[in-house]
Amino acid sequence: MPLLELDNISKTFPGVCALDGISFDVHSGEVHALLGENGAGKSTLVKVMTGVYARDSDKSNEGEKSTIKFCGQELSVLELASPANVQKLGISTVYQEVNLLPSLSVAQNIFLGREPKKFGLIDWKTVRKNSQILLQRFNLNIDVTRPLADFSVAVQQLIAIARSVDMSAKLLILDEPTASLDTKEVETLFRILSQLKSEGLGIVFITHFLDQVYEISDRITVLRNGRKVGCFKTSDLPRTTLIQHMLGKELQELAQREKPDPLKQGVEDLRDAHLRLKNVSVGSTLTNINLDVPHGQAVGFAGLLGSGRTEVCETIFAITPHQSGTMVYNGKVCKFKNPGQAIAASIALCPENRKSEGIIGELSVRENIILATQVREGWWRSIRKHKQQSLSKQAIQEFGIVTPDAEKPINQLSGGNQQKVVLARWLATQPKLLMLDEPTRGIDIGAHVEITKLIKKVCAEGMTVLVTSSEIEELVAFSDQIVVMREGKQVAELSGNDISEANILAEITNA
Amino acid sequence: MHNTSPETEIRAEKSEARLPIFPRRLLWPLVALSLLFLVNLLISPEFFHLEVKDGRLYGSLIDVLNRSVPVAFLTIGMSLIIATGGIDLSVGAVMAIAGAVCANLMVGGVDNLFIVVGGGLCAGLVAGAVNGGLVGYFKIQPIVATLVFMVAGRGIAQLINGGQIVTFQNANFAFIGVGSAFGLPFPVVLLVGVLLCVHLLMRKTALGLFIEAVGCNPKASYYLGINVAVIKFFVYCLAGVLAAMAGIVATADIQGADANNIGLWLELDAILAVVIGGASLLGGRFSLAASIVGVLIIQALSTTIILSGIEPKFNLLIKASVVILVLLLQSERFQTQIKTLFAMCDPRDRHNVGRELDGL
Ligand SMILES: Nc1ncnc2c1ncn2[C@@H]1O[C@H](COP(=O)(O)OP(=O)(O)OP(=O)(O)O)[C@@H](O)[C@H]1O
Ligand SMILES: [Mg+2]
Repeated sequence: MPLLELDNISKTFPGVCALDGISFDVHSGEVHALLGENGAGKSTLVKVMTGVYARDSDKSNEGEKSTIKFCGQELSVLELASPANVQKLGISTVYQEVNLLPSLSVAQNIFLGREPKKFGLIDWKTVRKNSQILLQRFNLNIDVTRPLADFSVAVQQLIAIARSVDMSAKLLILDEPTASLDTKEVETLFRILSQLKSEGLGIVFITHFLDQVYEISDRITVLRNGRKVGCFKTSDLPRTTLIQHMLGKELQELAQREKPDPLKQGVEDLRDAHLRLKNVSVGSTLTNINLDVPHGQAVGFAGLLGSGRTEVCETIFAITPHQSGTMVYNGKVCKFKNPGQAIAASIALCPENRKSEGIIGELSVRENIILATQVREGWWRSIRKHKQQSLSKQAIQEFGIVTPDAEKPINQLSGGNQQKVVLARWLATQPKLLMLDEPTRGIDIGAHVEITKLIKKVCAEGMTVLVTSSEIEELVAFSDQIVVMREGKQVAELSGNDISEANILAEITNA
Repeated sequence: MHNTSPETEIRAEKSEARLPIFPRRLLWPLVALSLLFLVNLLISPEFFHLEVKDGRLYGSLIDVLNRSVPVAFLTIGMSLIIATGGIDLSVGAVMAIAGAVCANLMVGGVDNLFIVVGGGLCAGLVAGAVNGGLVGYFKIQPIVATLVFMVAGRGIAQLINGGQIVTFQNANFAFIGVGSAFGLPFPVVLLVGVLLCVHLLMRKTALGLFIEAVGCNPKASYYLGINVAVIKFFVYCLAGVLAAMAGIVATADIQGADANNIGLWLELDAILAVVIGGASLLGGRFSLAASIVGVLIIQALSTTIILSGIEPKFNLLIKASVVILVLLLQSERFQTQIKTLFAMCDPRDRHNVGRELDGL
C-alpha cells in the first residue's frame, strides 16, 4: 500500500493550468524523484499535497474524482486545509524557497512551533543544544544563536532540511534541496536520506541534477507542462530517454571544453587587463585577492560553501566595498561606493539569493526585467512603454521563460523561471563585466546547456564574465581561468590545459 | 534560446483578459464611494444640489471636495511614504509649523506672497528632510523617527507663535484658502494641479517604479543599484512640502495660525485614506488615484453623517464601522471566506475556496 497516493489532481491558476489530472504515489522506504522542466508543475504538486494550495474541485461532468490518500486514508478537505495540519499528519516539507524566519536565530527556526517545554516555558537550553547536535549530523558547525539571515542560502537550505528531517515524519518532501549545495554537502545529505529511507521513511525528491537522481532515487515521475509523462523505475530508465521525456525532444550535449586556441592565447598577452584586483581585502571575509582578467575572458570561482566566492563578486560590485588593496577596472583605479556606481561603469551582478536579493516579488515580469536597465539610464528618463514591452518580450523568448504574459507578478512564476528573469535583467543592461553568482541555481537541464552557451557567446563578443558555481563540470566547460577559494583566500589558480574537473576537485579538497 | 513547446503557448492562450492594475485597485474604493452617494440620494437628496453664485459652484459635493483638500495633500505624500514601507506621523504637526511660519511672516510685515508661501514650504521641506534623514540614512524605524516630530512639531509651532493664535489680514494669502478659480474653490484647483504634477513625476519618470521596488524588496533594490536611502529621503521631503501646503491652505482658510488645532489627527486620516485605497502598509504598489478616493470616502462620510441628522455623538462610531467594512471588502481573506460560505451549500465546489493565503 502506498504511503501517499494522489489521483487525478488538477490545479489551475488564472491563465495557467499548472497541473492537469496528475496521479502520483510514494511508498515507505522509497525515494521517488519528481522531475520536469522549469514550470512543469513540480512545486505546485508539492504545494497541493501539503495543503498550501487547494486543488481544483472535481468537474462533475468529467467522471473521475480526485483524491489524496495518506496511509490508505483519504484526506478530507479539513485535513488539507493548511500546511500545519498536513505537517501534523506526518508529512514534512522543505519548499523550494527557504521559508524560515530570517531574523530569528538558527535554533529558534529549527524548533519553531515545536519547542521543548520545561515547567510550561520554552526550554531554550535544550533548544540550543539539540539544534547544535542536529546540525552536526549535517557537518555544520555554526553558532546556532545567530540570526538565520547571517548565513548563506546554502546554509539556510541545510538548516531547513535539518529542521524537516528532525520532525520524525513518515514522509519527507524536498523541493530542490540541493540547488545551492556543494558536492560535499550533497554527500552528507544523501547519507542521511539513505539512512532515513532504511528506517522506512518515504521521500519525494525534486532536482534538476540527473546524477543525483540516479544516485538516490528508486522511481521517477516526469511532468511536462502540467501533465504526467509517466512513472518509471530508475534502474529501467536510461538517461537519454529520461531527458527526452522531460524535454519532449533530445538534448544537445553540454558543450565540451574546447582546447585553448594557441593563437588566441598569444593574443591574450597583448590584450590589456579589463579587471585587476591587487591585494584586495575585506575585514576577515576576504584576504589578499589578486585577479587579472583580460577582456572577453571567463573566470570561474570554485570552492566550498562560505569560501568567499560570493564575497569577491560583492566586493567588486561595491555591495561591501573593499577596505584595502586596489581594484583596476578599464585601466582606471576604481573605488565604487555603491552598486549604482558599479552599474554605471557597466558592471552587472546576478546575485546568489534569488528571493531576497534578486526578484522584486510584487512587480511584474516586465518591470523586473527592465529595472536594472532603468537604473542605468537614471530615474529621470523612463524607458518608453513599448521599448519595455519589446525588451521583456525578447527576454521571455530568448530565455524560454514560462509565463502567460509579461504583466504577471514575478512571484507567481516557478523558481527556475524567476532565475531566468534575473539573468535576463542583467544581460539587458549590456554590461562589460558580468558577474554571475550561481547562475544555474534551480534551472533545468535544457536551460543549463543554453546558459553555458550564452556565457561562451558573450565572452566571444568581448564581455568579461566571472562565474561562481558549485557545479564544477559547468565551470570547466566555459572558464578560461579558474580560481579556487578557501576561507576567504585564493588557494589556487588554474588555466589552459590544467583546467579539469579532477584538478579542481583536488585543489578544493586538499586542505 | 530555449524551446518553448507549443503546449506552453496553448496554456497561455487560456489567459483571461487582464484588467490593468489601475482599475482593479480602484474598484472597491469606488464601489464604497458610490454606495455612500447612494445613501445620500435616499436620505438627503439636497446633497447633490449644486448652484452657481458669483461665478462659483456651491453645494454639498463642492463642500466635500473643498474640505478634503488638506487631508488630500497629506495623503499624496503618505501614499508614497507608505509605498516605500514607511509611515509619517508628523505631517499634522508640520501643517501647524508651516501655518505658524506664514502667519508670523505676515504679522512681521512681509507682504510678498511668494516669500510668505515660500517660507511655509521651506519649513515643511526642512521637517521632511529631518524625517527623511533619520529614516533613510540613519535607518531609524519610520514610526519612531516621525513620532519625534509629531510631538515636538506642535511645540515648535507654538514657540513660533509665542503661545498665541496668530491672526492676520492679507487678502492675497487668504485667497489661497477661500478664493475661487475656474468656478471652483481655489484649494480644489490647487490640489488638482499638485496631484497632476506628482502623478507625472511618478509615472513619466522612473521614480514611481523605484519607490515601489524599494517598498517591495529593499535589499534586492540595493543590489539593483537603486539608492534606497536617497529614495526614502526624497519621499519624506516631498511629503513634508505637501504637508506644508495643507497647512497653508488651512491657515489661509481661517486667516489665523492655531498651533494647537491645525491638522490635529489629520495624519491618521491620511493613513486611513491610503489604506482604504487598497495599499499595504508593508510597502509596494501605490495608486494616488485610489488614495484620493479614500480621502473622498472619509470626507463624504462625515458630511453624510451631519446631513442625515444623526446625533453627533454617533459620528465617530459610524465612521469607524464604515471604514472597517471597506477594509473587509478589500481583504482577500474575507472575500474567500464569503465565497466559502456560499460554496458550503454546493458540496462539489468545496476544495476550490479558502486558504490560498494560509501558510505562504
Ligand atoms: N501562485 C501562483 N499563481 C499563478 N501561477 C502560478 C503560481 N504558482 C505557480 N504558477 C504557475 O504554475 C506553473 C508551474 O509552476 P511550478 O512552480 O509548479 O513549476 P516547477 O515545476 O516547480 O518549476 P521549477 O523547476 O522552475 O521550480 C508555472 O507556469 C507557474 O507560472
Ligand atoms: Mg519549483
